[in-house]
Amino acid sequence: MIELHSIRKAFNQGHDNEYWALDGIDLHIEAKKVTALRGPSGSGKTTLLTIVGCLSRPTEGRVRLLGEDISGLPERFLTEIRRRRFGFIFQQFNLIRGLAALDNIILPAYPTGRPRRELLDRAEELLAGLKLGHRRHAKVEWLSGGEQQRVAICRALINDPEVLIADEPTANLDTHLAGEFMGILEGLAAQGRTILLTSHDPLVVESAVVQRVVDMRDGKLLSSPR
Amino acid sequence: MKLWLAKQRYLIDFTLASLARRKARNLGLLFVYIVLVFMLASVTLYTHALRQEAARVLAASPEVILQRMVAGRHDLIPPGYQERIGRIRGVQKVEGRLWGYYYDAVTKANYTFMVPAENAPAAGEIIVGPALERARGLAKNNGISFRSYSGKLHTFIVAEVLPQASELVSADLVLMSEASFRAFFDYPAGHYTDIALSVANPLEVRNVAVKLAAALPDARPILRDEVLRTYASIFDWREGIVLALLSAAILAFGILAWEKASGLSAEEKREIGILKAIGWETGDVIKMKFWEGLLISLTAFLIGFVAAYVHVFHFSASLFEPVLKGWAVLYPRFQLTPHIDGVQVATLFFFTVVPYAAAVLVPIWKAAITDPDSVMRS
Amino acid sequence: MIFQPAIIALLLASALCVLALAASAPFAVEVIRRWDIKSGSERQLQLERRTYLFSTLLTFVLGLQLAAVLLFVFNAEKMSGMFVGAMCAVGTLNVNALGFPALNAKIAVFFLAAIWLAINHVDCRARDYPLVRMKYALLLALAPLLAASAWIELQYFLGLKADVITSCCGSLFSEGSPTLAAEASSLAPVPAMWLFYGSLGAAIALAAWHGHGGGRSRAAAYFLAGASALAFAATIAGILSFVSLYIYEHPHHHCPFCVLKPEYGYQGYWLYVPLFGATAAGLAAGAVQPFARIESLRGIVAGFSRRLAAIAANGFALTAAIATAMIWQSRLILLEH
Repeated sequence: MIELHSIRKAFNQGHDNEYWALDGIDLHIEAKKVTALRGPSGSGKTTLLTIVGCLSRPTEGRVRLLGEDISGLPERFLTEIRRRRFGFIFQQFNLIRGLAALDNIILPAYPTGRPRRELLDRAEELLAGLKLGHRRHAKVEWLSGGEQQRVAICRALINDPEVLIADEPTANLDTHLAGEFMGILEGLAAQGRTILLTSHDPLVVESAVVQRVVDMRDGKLLSSPR
Repeated sequence: MKLWLAKQRYLIDFTLASLARRKARNLGLLFVYIVLVFMLASVTLYTHALRQEAARVLAASPEVILQRMVAGRHDLIPPGYQERIGRIRGVQKVEGRLWGYYYDAVTKANYTFMVPAENAPAAGEIIVGPALERARGLAKNNGISFRSYSGKLHTFIVAEVLPQASELVSADLVLMSEASFRAFFDYPAGHYTDIALSVANPLEVRNVAVKLAAALPDARPILRDEVLRTYASIFDWREGIVLALLSAAILAFGILAWEKASGLSAEEKREIGILKAIGWETGDVIKMKFWEGLLISLTAFLIGFVAAYVHVFHFSASLFEPVLKGWAVLYPRFQLTPHIDGVQVATLFFFTVVPYAAAVLVPIWKAAITDPDSVMRS
Repeated sequence: MIFQPAIIALLLASALCVLALAASAPFAVEVIRRWDIKSGSERQLQLERRTYLFSTLLTFVLGLQLAAVLLFVFNAEKMSGMFVGAMCAVGTLNVNALGFPALNAKIAVFFLAAIWLAINHVDCRARDYPLVRMKYALLLALAPLLAASAWIELQYFLGLKADVITSCCGSLFSEGSPTLAAEASSLAPVPAMWLFYGSLGAAIALAAWHGHGGGRSRAAAYFLAGASALAFAATIAGILSFVSLYIYEHPHHHCPFCVLKPEYGYQGYWLYVPLFGATAAGLAAGAVQPFARIESLRGIVAGFSRRLAAIAANGFALTAAIATAMIWQSRLILLEH
């Protein structure tokens, strides 16, 4: 589904503190599978995630999404692709404080101009699916960590993306909640979504849900697929 | 189109919620904005109302007034002068007028004594303006004495008080009969203060003036239109000066708006980062911020303008009066007739909303180009 | 110069526009020199992001120009009392030779900015931004025009002197000052009517033809642009020649501006707003057409051009309908039936 060819990514290019976060990545992420990127912090796994998720562009190399080369696309079109095809679950959840759970969930759909009724119905459905329907009007800062993550998952699903991207999803959760998250993940994988996540939590990478683990260090891939 | 509208509605919704969440931060700027609009609007509304008032005063006055000049000074019209004007085509009526000023030591103010062309009061009776009514506590049928410049005391009965409608015109008026006027001022018989000519066709006024100047070389014709023009440009000029002085305030406001718009809080930066990460485009963020600016501007404009309206028309512009009026001392309580003019509002908009928009444009763009991956990197 | 708030506001607005474009010129040059869509470098990213600033700036300039045209006319109307013989805006604009050039320059800048935004619009829809260089070259060309327009305006205002009473020599002040033409010259009503309805009809027909072909016919688009320009001129001439007479119900009052006054219920806006919108759309439909040759733009140009044609057709139709309604309701009889 997503093919990466000799991807390199530089920060502070042309300055003294220039450094290459990614240095020649070749990777094929298969559709409808759960792939995990594993590696110590600073290994470039989050940077790789941003490139796959169309959040940023590689300095060199090619990215193909469903066969189409998207590496040189201006931000405007990357955003369009990102909105349609990718859903994000961030480590810090990144919900907007002061807004109710429902309002947070429908935010990614605002630029599409879809009717509000339709959006709210879909959001309710998603919340109910994660057993959070009773908290729909609560402001997100009043929610517990686990609840916040579930709201973040609903938000990632509002535009019904094919690919879900999760950055260190269990880093802020205790074992019990992490287990619950893996349960949700399993459900999503069963719906046929492609899932890409980064983690160094054994609970995640060693779980049966994850079909493939890619190890990274110093901006390079270490292993061949498990 | 429908999609576009729906999208703008979402953006407005979001920005409203976001403004509500940051009340304290936005209130400061909003307050300054309102004060600025209030000041500028007060100035323009006030001068415009004065201009209107002047126009109203002059609307009733004759098209041409002829004064006689002696040694460059305004002098009395001697007997026989009117006849020398003869018949000029287009002039409907030629009238000698009698009027003068009287200083009242009691109220320490000047009154205008005048003989009306029609409906003059009977000898010994006067009609007074509302300011005089207040200042001297007069009512109908009261008697009042004035000591004339010759030292004699003259007593008059108040036959009527003029209506309040346009106080600026009539406040200090004292109307009396010709006989009373001549007796009070010892005005020489057959002399007049000036001559009023009515000209029906506005296009003829200028020709009449030229003919008058030719026939009476020592006379000075004053055209109503010229007076009106002069008043208008004096008021415009004053308004311009005040606005120029206030331009420093506009500049300061622009800098404040720039500061506020570029000094985004960490929380706001994070929010924009999140929005971009979850699929908002740079253009969407710019539009959202544009709506924010528009809402702030419209709110400030509306509140400021309404406040200025109340200030000018209900409190007689008490803050600016000394600077802008400056043509009379008497009338402490005259109320301006409310009047709003499109050009004024448009100009005001240019002076307030445009600088604001210009000041926040670059900061908005800077905020909108936040890296979408910034939320992942922190 | 007359020191007057509206004049200061107009000069301020012009100065802001010129300043905005002048300040962005070096960046535009950088875009032209360094643009490389294939590159993933940080500099390219910065350049791309800068293009958002230019779009926003130009939208701002366009909006400001439109508002300034209105205020300019408004103010000319109001100031007419200050000049001997000037009865309305036409008189004020005729006070010196630069009045009408200043207004025309403003209108021209408005249309040019609209065309730029149209080109910008299609370019931003194509994934490879094929017109970036040309767009910014055009922007650099627009800057001096804007500056020239601001300069003409400044000279016009500097040349204004009110006829006022001077205290020294009394009253016949503005001696021998020539009476200003308070009326614009105009065509005879019958040919003007033919021209008015004919050109509007032609523009509508061409827009319909262009739109019917899905916006793909290049020739139709060029004809539409030409017809729009012609219709704009003809409509103004028509308003001068006969529409205004019907509105004022006065056989000799030819004025394109008085219709904007509250005395006439601001009827002018109903005429001018659709007319300006339709003309801008018609011109833009032609202006984007040459780029249909570019592979990535073909479909985008056609679609956008079709939408512009629809706007133009509706706008011109609305203009014609409103003018006709005004004539219908008028009590003035200009032509014997």
